[in-house]
Amino acid sequence: MTELLPQKQIDSFKARAAALAHPHELIVDLLRAIQSHYGWVPDAGVLLTAMTLGVLPVEVEELATFYDKIYRRAVGRRVIHVCDSICCWSLGAEMITEHLQKSLGIDFGMTTTDGAFTLLPSCCLGACGDAPAMMIGLTTYGKLTPQKIDEILLKERVAIAADA
Amino acid sequence: MNAYPQVLFKNRRPKETVLLPEYEKSGGYQGLRAALKMSPEEVSTQVKNSGLRGRGGAGFPTGVKWSFFSVDQPGDKYLVCNGDEMEPGTYKDRQLLLADPHQLVEGMAIAAYALQIPVGYIFLRYAYEDCSLQVERAIEAAIAAGYLGKNILGSGFDVELHVHRSAGRYILGEETSLLNGLEGRRPVPRSKPPFPAKHGLFGRPTNVNNVETLATVPHILVNGTAWFHGLALNPESAGTKLFGLSGHLNRTECFELPLGITLREVVEDFGGGVRGGHKFKACLPGGASTPYLTAEHLDVMMDFDPLEEVSSRLGTAGVTVFDEQTCMVAVTRNLNRFFARESCGWCTPCRDGLAMVSWLLDRIEFGQGSEDDLAMLKDQVRNIKGRSFCALAEGAMGPVEALLRLFEDEIKDHIRKGCCPFAGK
Repeated sequence: MTELLPQKQIDSFKARAAALAHPHELIVDLLRAIQSHYGWVPDAGVLLTAMTLGVLPVEVEELATFYDKIYRRAVGRRVIHVCDSICCWSLGAEMITEHLQKSLGIDFGMTTTDGAFTLLPSCCLGACGDAPAMMIGLTTYGKLTPQKIDEILLKERVAIAADA
Repeated sequence: MNAYPQVLFKNRRPKETVLLPEYEKSGGYQGLRAALKMSPEEVSTQVKNSGLRGRGGAGFPTGVKWSFFSVDQPGDKYLVCNGDEMEPGTYKDRQLLLADPHQLVEGMAIAAYALQIPVGYIFLRYAYEDCSLQVERAIEAAIAAGYLGKNILGSGFDVELHVHRSAGRYILGEETSLLNGLEGRRPVPRSKPPFPAKHGLFGRPTNVNNVETLATVPHILVNGTAWFHGLALNPESAGTKLFGLSGHLNRTECFELPLGITLREVVEDFGGGVRGGHKFKACLPGGASTPYLTAEHLDVMMDFDPLEEVSSRLGTAGVTVFDEQTCMVAVTRNLNRFFARESCGWCTPCRDGLAMVSWLLDRIEFGQGSEDDLAMLKDQVRNIKGRSFCALAEGAMGPVEALLRLFEDEIKDHIRKGCCPFAGK
């Protein structure tokens, strides 16, 4: 199993926390670092964050469960956030969502059986001029059409295969 | 399309970000140089006299906000830039930061000097990783050039800026919630007073401004207050504003336009009119929390006070347009679901009230609504407005209240027919 975070990064967070009057301010950074490395934040990630920064586990957990972009459950290799807010909705987000669900064979909140994609709804992504939009990982894709989605998913599948 | 003066977007080119040398060539960091030759009070006074109002949604006069901050307080104090741009329909700050990010860095250096604050945080939302990278690059270049760091431009004043990447949630745009987020505390809003100017980040005096507001400041320092007033078409207002167009328009882009431009010019000229030859039915003039405008409002000036006179708000100037085939109950249902989902759950009117409004709008939209539901909807609006802990639920009631005021016939049509009259269109 992959480690939660390389020791070098843990040490670096420890050193930064020691130099701060308020180590809590690094909680979100460290949760994001764990998620970026491990894919999501398991209970052990919450504990690691607490121990590294010298804060209480509950103080970490109350943030981890508050932010919707911190995943407290296992997700696929790529998380797809499809926008369902007003501008995307007005330009066919429901159709885009249906196409994604059909192509991936999953509903919201689920992960494809090959572990490649998790599909989640999202509020506005700040890409309203390029609606309808979605975000995969940290990359935003706009002006979506079913055909464009097929191309993006194919490209992501190739990238996932190359990673493995 | 009229060609209006471009200030924040004067260097903007598609898919490119302006780097330091080009920014300097176009007059960049001259505002900071001018500010450092003045006393901090003189800088604040100039911003106050410019008439600049906050570009993040509330429209509070920036110079007045700065005047609440007492410059000579000892101990730690903080400057915070609110870049949690998450109100649906709003994407202007992203466009600004991707086009020309040094304007924010320079604006923060000037604000830091004016308020004598040596430490600033730039809070950016999760989805704006592209902006975070550009802002970090701009900060590094500004440090290397002596605009940030110790003894900036030989003035004896120090400024350091940090970027904070958030992890989602609309509530963090509320400034006290944002401060909790920066501190690494659960980001629910705080009780006000005390206001951040007295008791902000880590309990210390803090000044919070929006990205666009801070980026406007350097231009005021270089060109003066009379110039800034002259930019607006409304003689009682000042400056340009970034308008993000979206929805059923032919052109859904972000434009820098003078305050006081009519909604008609924004929609017809800059937006290229409604798509597919359809008619304009309604719009959100400034993001998801601003009450709808209809065709009768097309000649209203897009500006803070004129929009309040027609019971709406300029908000963030994210204009989302709906054509005549759009069901306004469905629009409101979508908007309210957003607010209900993004409620932090801290207070009951918001946590339970918005869920109740969502339930009622679902019933009406799907043809199960009755006159009793309509009465209950009105009752919910009355009881949520002014009773929530922060502005989230208040904002959520903007479109609901406008639906009841402008489109009650449409609601009643749903109830009478037992289905959505727009279904299948």
